[in-house]
Amino acid sequence: MSAPFGRRACEVTADAASGGYRIFSLRDREGPPPEPGQFYMLAAESGWGESGGRPFLPRAISVAEAVPAGEGVRLDFLVEDVGPGTERLCCLEPGERVWVTGPLGNSFSTPTQVNPDAAGAILVGGGIGIAPMAIWRRHLVERGIPLRVLLGFRNEAHSGGLEELFCAGGSLCPDVRLTSEDGHAGHRGYVTDLLATMLAGDDAASAVVYSCGPPAMLEAVRALCAQHDVACELAMESPMACGFGACFGCAVPKSDGGYIRLCVDGPVLRGDAVLEVAHA
Amino acid sequence: MPDFCGIELAHPVINASGTYDAIAARRVFGDALLAEFPFSAFVSKTITPEPRVGNQPRRIWETPAGMINSIGLPNKGLEGFLAEDLPQLAELPVPLIVSAMATNREDFARMIERVAERDEVAAIELNVSCPNVHSGLIVGEQPSETEALLEVLRPLTGKPLIVKLTPNVANPEAVALAAEEGGADAVSLINTLKASAVDPASGEPAIAAGHGGLSGPAVRPIALQQLRAVRAAVEVPLIGMGGISTAADAAEFIAAGATVVAVGTESFRDPGAGTRVAKGLETTVSQSQPRVRALHLD
Repeated sequence: MSAPFGRRACEVTADAASGGYRIFSLRDREGPPPEPGQFYMLAAESGWGESGGRPFLPRAISVAEAVPAGEGVRLDFLVEDVGPGTERLCCLEPGERVWVTGPLGNSFSTPTQVNPDAAGAILVGGGIGIAPMAIWRRHLVERGIPLRVLLGFRNEAHSGGLEELFCAGGSLCPDVRLTSEDGHAGHRGYVTDLLATMLAGDDAASAVVYSCGPPAMLEAVRALCAQHDVACELAMESPMACGFGACFGCAVPKSDGGYIRLCVDGPVLRGDAVLEVAHA
Repeated sequence: MPDFCGIELAHPVINASGTYDAIAARRVFGDALLAEFPFSAFVSKTITPEPRVGNQPRRIWETPAGMINSIGLPNKGLEGFLAEDLPQLAELPVPLIVSAMATNREDFARMIERVAERDEVAAIELNVSCPNVHSGLIVGEQPSETEALLEVLRPLTGKPLIVKLTPNVANPEAVALAAEEGGADAVSLINTLKASAVDPASGEPAIAAGHGGLSGPAVRPIALQQLRAVRAAVEVPLIGMGGISTAADAAEFIAAGATVVAVGTESFRDPGAGTRVAKGLETTVSQSQPRVRALHLD
């Protein structure tokens, strides 16, 4: 379903700290519900570059959850303050308005769409990249597709979103396993350590891996899946000015030469379509 | 209804070449794009004789009130464009201007002949911000190169030829004059300003190509001054652009002598910016003409 043409102002209905991240909600009265993996271009209506000129461009943010709400849909976004754009998005107040374009880009394929013999899914999220894994996890659970979820964080300051996105009844969903590089939560080490163990198991070939996270992690996931001949879909990030194919900024090298525009041909790409995930 | 080189436009706002891919936008927004098309004419991304994949990333970098880009003109090449893109662009509800570039006059001539013979094409914009491989000189930086190129291309078509000026010269008006003397029907300006940035995380150039072109509101006062200088030098109609984000910005360019204005980078922030500027311009120009004049003279 097409995104409404142009940008529209949506009201912030909630905003809260979540660990080291922020999670905020917008009420979208016009757009269709997003598919898991899709993103929006977001810019605060006020305080966007007025003093000092940055942020200037809208920011591409993956949707973490979407829930029907009254007339329209409530969109949840998980953000970390890593620069002037996300800094502004991290201090939105309820009642403020945000310019929204989207939903944009493609979405995850079901395991059997990727591999007709697939029996289940492995979701691997790192850092702020856990956001699209949350909405995708819910869709898979609703379809009764067996899954395991591996989430990794660098340290306590660079983590969040678990309570809102991966908990039920106050405790972590049973299919979710945590890792942290500093050992503050779950397995101490990389999330890809757990993936490597899982892919070495007997039943791994019947899974499809879905992943979103920092480039180094995504590249490790891509390489592990290639090594074990397991299909994977990666939700990637790239510098993006427009989100609708106009700027040609978000070029990602293809495995067969040339580039794709991540905004219109992604952000979800098959692991074997990508040359390698660039270490930005 | 502005008349631009004999092309009737519904309003004076078009897009800057390379800042809107109407084919991709239609995939994203569906036919609502056609119903609410934001421009009164559509300028294609620059095509070249052969296909190009474009530059390796990183290609864009945000700057205060603007951005630097070095995209590298990815396109399907002349024949790919004519076969695949042109029929889709012909479905747009507005006249089509094709932007073309080549690195020698023979290739340029071949492109102009092939493009101009297509009924879907209303006009051609010559992107001269490229080197002539024979002389090694950037065509648009040299009045003599520009005039010589026009003398080759002018006899090939009766359709309007627009020369897109580069701002990276001391005297853009000299190049504009050479274009006019060579037979150009119109001049458009400005292209992006040569610029660079350093990625603070690595200490390396932020753009993989080393440098790129600056666009956005940051360049607007420079664009406006170059437009005034060119306006004073030539008689042909001008397409003014450079950081136009609002109707008030566009009104300044019109007051300074532009017949048509182009929106570029602002469309990245607001896909419907062209419509917003055009609608605002109706009000601004009809109700605030004295104020616009004052802006021009102050």
